[in-house]
Amino acid sequence: MSELAAHGAHPPGFAHQFETVAQQREAGQLGMWVFLVTEILFFGGMFTSYTIYRALHYESFVTGSHLLEVRFGATNTYVLICSSLTMALAIRCAQTGKRKGQIIFWLILTMIFGALFLGLKLRFEWYRDYVDGIVPGVSWAYTGAHAPGVKMFMCFYFFMTGLHALHMVVGLGILTTLVIMTARNRFSPEYYAPLEISGLYWHFVDIVWIFLFALLYLIGGRYPGS
Amino acid sequence: MSEHSEQSGHVGHVVPVSTYVIVFILLMMGTALTTGVAYIDLGRWNTVVALAIAVTKTMLVVLFFMHVKYAAGLTRVVILAGFFWLGIMITLSCSDELTRTWEIIPQGWNMIIPFVSRLF
Repeated sequence: MSELAAHGAHPPGFAHQFETVAQQREAGQLGMWVFLVTEILFFGGMFTSYTIYRALHYESFVTGSHLLEVRFGATNTYVLICSSLTMALAIRCAQTGKRKGQIIFWLILTMIFGALFLGLKLRFEWYRDYVDGIVPGVSWAYTGAHAPGVKMFMCFYFFMTGLHALHMVVGLGILTTLVIMTARNRFSPEYYAPLEISGLYWHFVDIVWIFLFALLYLIGGRYPGS
Repeated sequence: MSEHSEQSGHVGHVVPVSTYVIVFILLMMGTALTTGVAYIDLGRWNTVVALAIAVTKTMLVVLFFMHVKYAAGLTRVVILAGFFWLGIMITLSCSDELTRTWEIIPQGWNMIIPFVSRLF
């Protein structure tokens, strides 16, 4: 309260260089989207090279894709969509001035889904790949058809899912910070920018996975003879 | 948009919970659909359908979860520019890579068909 008095009638979190709270909010959103555009192009570089190498080594990439298990990829997609919903609800609670316990509840649920994603990824995909010997450079025992091309596909797979998982870990760190900030009463219906900005990041990571799931697990089909 | 939000006492548009739940259900259904379709033999259309569903899901997340439906015009332009740059990167890289084996004098645009067909 003393901080509020020192800033005159300004609501908490309102910076002096902005005319209105709405303008500050739009500036924050815009800045975050500029960052996300760089992220789109960052992942886009990998998607582009994946597309080109897929066109050049089509059979190898289909063979490699069939080494991945759709049920784990699909489960993780469901988990991430759940986490996106809980993140959106956390922000909504802050917008509508709900008790901080509710915001923290949705944030922690989001973290649980995020951690579940990483746990499933590690235990049922990467660890099994290691045991099965389809991790290039670490554990490689694949002797089936199109071995060199399959190795390239698995390199793409580990780089793309690895960088995605790294973004998830960063997201979990951000969510931890948000929980602490919420517990310290830093947010109000007038000021919840860190929550909203972090939400954009979390949803973006969800979108990247939607495309990774389609590109790595599904395209080309999984029917017999595909 | 900003006048509206100040009148209602909130900063930013408050999306009804029902909208979030509908979008959530659509995303779950989309995931089930794209997974199921992969097991049906559609030939080249498997790739097209998988990517079309992924793009649709992305639109749902961007418009509703990321509040772009209610965002300022400038923000929308920046987002569109981002996807446009992504399109430039993919299109120009592919048009280079997929035409490298062309003869010195291309025989016409139908020559691209064998290369494009390898994408699917």
